[in-house]
Amino acid sequence: MEGIDQSRIRNFCIVAHIDHGKSTLADRIIEKTGLLTSREMQDQVLDNMELERERGITIKAQSVRTVYKARNGQEYVFNLIDTPGHVDFNYEVSRSLAACDGAILVVDAAQGIEAQTLANVYLALDHDLEVFPVINKIDLPGAEPERVKNEIEDVIGIEAQDAPLISAKNGIGIEEVLEAIVEKIPAPGGNVQNPLKALIFDSLYDSYKGVIVFCRIMEGRVAKGTNILMMATGARADVVEVGYFGAGQFIPCQELTAGMVGYITASIKNVKDTAVGDTVTDADNPCDEPLPGYKKVNSMVYCGIYPADGARYPDLRDALEKLQLNDASLRYEPETSMALGFGFRCGFLGLLHLEIIQERLEREYNLDLVTTAPGVIYRVHRTDGEMIELTNPSNLPDPSQIDFMEEPVVSAEIMVTTEFIGSIMELCQQRRGRYLGMEYIEGTRALLRYELPLNEIIYDFFDALKSRSRGYASFDYELKGYETSELVKLDILINKEEVDALSFIVHKDSAYERGRRMCEKLKEEIPRHLFEIPIQAAVGGKIIARETVKAMRKDVLAKCYGGDITRKKKLLEKQKEGKKRMRQIGSVEIPQKAFMSVLKLDDD
Amino acid sequence: MKKDSEKQSGIYIHIPFCVRKCLYCDFLSGPANEREQARYVEALCREISMESRCYSKYRVQTIYMGGGTPSLLPGEWTERIMETVRRHYNVGGACEISMEVNPGTLTRERLSSWRRAGINRLSIGLQSAVNGELKALGRIHTLEDFLDGYRQIAEAGFENVNVDLMSAIPGQSLRSWRETLERVLSLRPRPAHISAYSLILEEGTPFYENRPQLPDEDTDREMYKITNDILSAAGYRRYEISNYALPGRECRHNIDCWRRKNYAGFGVGAASLVENARFRNISDRGAYESFFLDSVGTDTTPTAGAFGIAEQIREEKRVLSKEEQMEEFMFLGLRMREGVCAEEFERCFGVSLDQVYPGIVEDFCRKGLLQRTGRTKEWISLTDYGIDVSNVVMARFLLT
Repeated sequence: MEGIDQSRIRNFCIVAHIDHGKSTLADRIIEKTGLLTSREMQDQVLDNMELERERGITIKAQSVRTVYKARNGQEYVFNLIDTPGHVDFNYEVSRSLAACDGAILVVDAAQGIEAQTLANVYLALDHDLEVFPVINKIDLPGAEPERVKNEIEDVIGIEAQDAPLISAKNGIGIEEVLEAIVEKIPAPGGNVQNPLKALIFDSLYDSYKGVIVFCRIMEGRVAKGTNILMMATGARADVVEVGYFGAGQFIPCQELTAGMVGYITASIKNVKDTAVGDTVTDADNPCDEPLPGYKKVNSMVYCGIYPADGARYPDLRDALEKLQLNDASLRYEPETSMALGFGFRCGFLGLLHLEIIQERLEREYNLDLVTTAPGVIYRVHRTDGEMIELTNPSNLPDPSQIDFMEEPVVSAEIMVTTEFIGSIMELCQQRRGRYLGMEYIEGTRALLRYELPLNEIIYDFFDALKSRSRGYASFDYELKGYETSELVKLDILINKEEVDALSFIVHKDSAYERGRRMCEKLKEEIPRHLFEIPIQAAVGGKIIARETVKAMRKDVLAKCYGGDITRKKKLLEKQKEGKKRMRQIGSVEIPQKAFMSVLKLDDD
Repeated sequence: MKKDSEKQSGIYIHIPFCVRKCLYCDFLSGPANEREQARYVEALCREISMESRCYSKYRVQTIYMGGGTPSLLPGEWTERIMETVRRHYNVGGACEISMEVNPGTLTRERLSSWRRAGINRLSIGLQSAVNGELKALGRIHTLEDFLDGYRQIAEAGFENVNVDLMSAIPGQSLRSWRETLERVLSLRPRPAHISAYSLILEEGTPFYENRPQLPDEDTDREMYKITNDILSAAGYRRYEISNYALPGRECRHNIDCWRRKNYAGFGVGAASLVENARFRNISDRGAYESFFLDSVGTDTTPTAGAFGIAEQIREEKRVLSKEEQMEEFMFLGLRMREGVCAEEFERCFGVSLDQVYPGIVEDFCRKGLLQRTGRTKEWISLTDYGIDVSNVVMARFLLT
């Protein structure tokens, strides 16, 4: 990359609603720029984590550098910076955008603009990126490129008449996109002579190289031996290697200079030292001030994670430690539950992040887990003036010591076709939403704005949204702040014993309804025992709901003769196997999935 | 064949034919024409004679011909099967020889053949004394057919007779079940033995696919309870979860199965337990027949292994480990009303029951599911309530 003229670099990203074809377009760009042969192309080069592939979403931002020979005969270096596509990772998205000079907006020719599209475009425009649209999937029946072009102009206010009409899947119109990148996206600024100033937009832990820092050089230069300083975390290290991103591999080079995108390794042991958004400078010749926009990422959602088999607690600890090496936003600390034994209280950016971590623990570390209901962080103001950030409902102080409580609230934007507005508004109402306003978009669709308590949307809000709009509604939100709220702790008693792992915090007005549904759900989940089992929901020691698991009356093999002894034994073995997946609470055996019951209290 | 027999075994013979499949039946059985039946009987007799080399040192204590509907076969074929057995095996003089019969298949000719064949115990499937219920089960006979058949059986001189009944079947009420029981108790001569099961929906049956309306769980248990009450009052003793008999008339063949005695199974799909080896014949009738009729040459003399001579057509072959034997000892033995004997356990396995299952018996005794009886409390058995939830108990005696 040495000798590349700064004017021939293009740093850009692709923004799109999920499923609108971002990753496919990225693949085509890489393919057409000839960095990889078709045979080397995996389906979606950028999504190289197995999990990402299965879920069809990009979890960690990744980048690739390709070389394009334009129609004007010049070679251009493209740095395509991938951005995560989910609201849980909004901050990571914003830092990736800050590393770019422009963005390609991909819009589905049939579906048009979605809430997520808007959120990402606004984010890109906020970062002063040059945004140009492309219309994807034009070869599908139902494609209405003209309508979508108008929509882009009306709603976003960017020029769209000459937007390339493409099919990323079938390789139609890709050349036009490449030319548009050269023409429309500005070359990076910055001066090589200035002190080093680089933005960290991602990092990755590698067991050989240590932390690999992904950065965009804004000013100055960095090379092997540079003594770097991370300005926010204060970490220092000597650079071991710099380089740029091949497709799926790291390609070392002499130095990275202003305008370039690449990586730095410096024997850094922990990704915590290389926070996304932090500024890297030269410790011996530091810049005056860091780049704007750094923010410490906070967990939004907490839950308890326990090994199903208590003996595997150390394995769970090791696994979390390893995952955290690569994921600075994952928090965890040990905790003990009466019901579940030793485990960890873990903090996540959102529910998707939680699910990803849970799946990785189960899949990559072969752990069988019991997860408690996720909750948000509540602020408990005690009468003695102290404020506690509550992440585990069991730690809620006695009500007599509580002055008031606050809960996190988000601003949400929901885009929906007009026919479903009524039922979506009803849903938001049920979830204690505060209506802020509504805008119509070209007659058939509307953008609803609400303030919603975070704890009302972390479980099943998205599912409810989808089912009430036949899958059409899209949704985006950001944390707004904390608000005072009348919250109570709902306790669950099974066979008269309080099960701490089933407690959760809920708004006073929803307590009865939630308690009732929780009891109903648990009644379904808990198998019959030899005795009757009362299941009760209580607030402040007062029972507000009750269900009963009737005593088992019949569990017998009426027939067993010489011909079916082997089969009958298998039935008994299955029964015994089922017991192993139970948690013993007092004399009651509770299936592990019951601890997640609270997640499935959907209202439809 | 005369030899000093020390070892003992039962024989099970499977006849996979019936007039029509009942809606709840998951046994290996189906309709077939006479030519097909003849081919099968031929293969069966070949198997019986071929396998006999493995049993030359055994005395046969019980023979059980089950199905399907064994009573469907022409009488002389049944005679032929039994002749084949007698010719090749040491059948004891007091051998219990049972056959399952459907009331819709009884003829004078068949009955006298069975007498000649030495069959001395008949198990007749009535299931219900209410015609509407019989229809709902897909049975081929009515109560009147049964009564007529039962009379013929008695007249033919069979005195050791079992009647099969089913509770918790579609359309049944507590009252109609009581009616069925009382109808059976009013038979003269009284049946020596009554099997009374509650219906199990088995996978692969029409009932399983298309679940009929059934009495609820509470009614089902109430039916089991009145069965016990009514039959006990009439002098029958419940000797197994679903089996009742007049004193001395228990089915020895089945008791031997629950006590893990040897039994050799012949016929398609038939299961065997021989010296702690469990195996079963292939369940594909065509493959079974062609093995014995086409592929086995008369002059070949394959050696016998743990799974018999025709090992090629044997499936689910397993030589039971000591742990598996213990598990079976417990969950099969506990089906019997008298339960399992701790002393017997120790004699068999050289280790005490309490050592292998520490605390489990006491735990269930406390919960009222098991009880200890006998002079030295050596017998462990299910209580009445324990029977209702016996799977919970039995599962605990599995070791793996």
